[in-house]
Amino acid sequence: MVEVTSRSRPERIDNVVIASVGGQGGILATRILASLFLNQGWEVKTSEVHGMAQRGGSVETHVRRGQRVHSPLVPRGEADLLLALEQLEGLRYLPWLRPGGLCVCSTERIAPVSVTLGNQAYPGEIRETLGQTVGTLVWVDALGIAREAGNVRAANVALLGALSPFIDASEQEWQEAIWADLPERVRAVNLAAFRMARELTTAEMGRGKA
Amino acid sequence: MPTNSTLEQAVVLLSGNEAIARGAYEAGVAVAAGYPGTPSTEIIEALVRYPDIWVQWSPNEKVALEVVIGASFAGARTLVAMKHVGLNVAADPFLTFCYMSTNGGTVIVSADDPGMHSSQNEQDNRQYGRMARTPVLVPSDSQEAKSFTEAAFDISERFATPVILRSTTRLSHGRSPVKLGVRKEAARRLAFERNPERFVTLPAHARSWHPRVEERLDALRQFAEDCPFNRLEWGSKEIGFVTGGVAYQYVKEAFPEASVLKLGLAYPIPRELIRRFASEVRYLFVVEEGDPFWEELILAQGVKVAGQGVAGPCVFPRVGELSVEIVRSAVKEFLGAGSASASAGDRQARAGKGAAETVSLPARPPVLCPGCPHRGVFYVLAKHHLIATGDIGCYTLGAAPPFNNIDTCTCMGSSIGHALGLEKALGREFSRRAVAVIGDSTFVHSGIAPLIDVVYNRGTVTVIILDNGTTAMTGHQGHPASGWDARRQPAPRIDLEALCRACGVNDVQVVDSYDLKAVERAIKAAVAREEPSVVIARRPCVLLPGMRKPPIRFLPEKCIDCGACFRLGCPALEKNGRRPRLNEVLCTGCLMCVQLCKPGALIAQEA
Repeated sequence: MVEVTSRSRPERIDNVVIASVGGQGGILATRILASLFLNQGWEVKTSEVHGMAQRGGSVETHVRRGQRVHSPLVPRGEADLLLALEQLEGLRYLPWLRPGGLCVCSTERIAPVSVTLGNQAYPGEIRETLGQTVGTLVWVDALGIAREAGNVRAANVALLGALSPFIDASEQEWQEAIWADLPERVRAVNLAAFRMARELTTAEMGRGKA
Repeated sequence: MPTNSTLEQAVVLLSGNEAIARGAYEAGVAVAAGYPGTPSTEIIEALVRYPDIWVQWSPNEKVALEVVIGASFAGARTLVAMKHVGLNVAADPFLTFCYMSTNGGTVIVSADDPGMHSSQNEQDNRQYGRMARTPVLVPSDSQEAKSFTEAAFDISERFATPVILRSTTRLSHGRSPVKLGVRKEAARRLAFERNPERFVTLPAHARSWHPRVEERLDALRQFAEDCPFNRLEWGSKEIGFVTGGVAYQYVKEAFPEASVLKLGLAYPIPRELIRRFASEVRYLFVVEEGDPFWEELILAQGVKVAGQGVAGPCVFPRVGELSVEIVRSAVKEFLGAGSASASAGDRQARAGKGAAETVSLPARPPVLCPGCPHRGVFYVLAKHHLIATGDIGCYTLGAAPPFNNIDTCTCMGSSIGHALGLEKALGREFSRRAVAVIGDSTFVHSGIAPLIDVVYNRGTVTVIILDNGTTAMTGHQGHPASGWDARRQPAPRIDLEALCRACGVNDVQVVDSYDLKAVERAIKAAVAREEPSVVIARRPCVLLPGMRKPPIRFLPEKCIDCGACFRLGCPALEKNGRRPRLNEVLCTGCLMCVQLCKPGALIAQEA
């Protein structure tokens, strides 16, 4: 399932913030996107945080491309794209997105420990909040798509598939970037998840225009 | 990272750590050692991919450096990698090695962690360069990480001194393009020539070394003036920045039109160059991540600068990481206010404000993973209200809810020493309600000596070794008790039970961490004894390949809403009123919750 609500199409995607929960594959998604940009001839910088964040914590990574890139970090409010592998993390990093920016968000919901323990509530209406704030929202059942492709662990690459129609790159270029960063045994499943999400998003965008 | 020779001259995207490894490889490094620690870990992991280098994980940073010093004595180019606090562990051999002088070039990589993403402090290891009179290089992107590493070997051999390469998190874990080159095959003859006056630290020898160190520092000061890594970038002369490392990138993005003196050699600083630069710009700022290190050195030569407020205006925060926004707004505010400035306290308060804005959302701190074998131990400790002195590793997360069960922690190996100290201060009764917890890797790193201390000084401490068979926190590296080495090849396995017995502990028990009853029995028995005890709670880390089992099943019709399962604090069981909501994607089938569910609402999946 993919749903697209759009008020303005993003004109460029130079600054990307990827938000995820440790273990979801946010860092792998970062590398694939960076490889794609590098292969296209851009200067690319990324930044990631490891360590404690691997243990179910909030993980934030940045990807920047351009003719010349200095800081590896995207300044707050200047991301063209926010890629969220989890709903609450999408909401958490919303302040990094510029006005009119693109948000690709997974419907996946992982409760933080304060919520599993019943001390705090998982925020409701995240989709509505995002839809009202961002320029374009792509709302993706990435887990469902990945499960259908054959492995729930491919949800991160499914999200890249949902994002791909917004980036000027051929399917061949995407495939090369995905293959370069993935071991042989999981390439087919990930590519299938990527393609399914890419097609669903493209179809959904076509419907929006009609 | 590509190792194929056909890729030479290619431009590839490398992390700073991979680029350091590549630079060492191309420079002909022969021996490399380290102990894993974020953000340094991937340097050794990347070096492992090159077959002709000896690469190893050592039990701790001190040992790693000692191995490298030996190899340097033989004339080999050597590298040792560690996180910033690792250099504290290695400080003893380090400071003396700087007297003894290198034979084969030696690079000591210190990966600092401003902002403390995964560290217990944010010390600035440029300071070690000053204390040891050792040059410090500070690259600002992956390309520089590679070329500075290569140059560091040359500088090390030219001045017969080890060289510190200081990285920071944003460099180590940032990626940017790097041009690959070829490996310089070592045209050197490796041999050990006996020379006790050079290689043996007797006071009589060392006394003659110190003057040489001071002479060397004078030579290095001259070198700094012409060092190609110190670069003047002229722009508008209204504002000038002295900066380096990742901070340089923030300055370039925030003020592309300004003049910049980029220091690639952080220590010693080029005094003449700085004086000349200062005389040409109207406002001079020092932008550095960490301590006001350059600011103090520059002020000491009578040049006025604005930085972290050592003896002038406080423009930049002393705490945490810098960013483009911080640099931009701090400088604009300073210039706008006509050099009047906020107090240091205001500055720090503002630096922390960004984080406060999202405070209404549930925070997502790291937690023990679903299926983590440490969880059962913490469940038992919490159930019996035992005090736990703690250590560095995943299990430090036992300090978080619902266990709240790590009561002290300072550094690697601290748990056992703290427990003994508490007992000596409070009496033996204290140890009847307390345990020291420590991981298997950490125990080997620096737990053995304090365990011996417990035995020798007649303590009655109970030590729980949380043995998950790997250095899990940093990404599953091997260690002497894991059974595999840095290349994932089978390695001799230190027998922890026998080791503890050899240290003089008579009461050593081994239990399966997933068997809650067995863990509880063992701990209760151990704390009750009036002698040193070790409980080895053993079960491989659930993140190792093949450890996940099918998720459990939840039968709602059998649930009696008792809430017992929540006492484990497992992220796969979300509180849904008084009953659990099972997250099948997260559940690893460890079956610990099944043991707590009396009515049988949580059951193992039938095969």
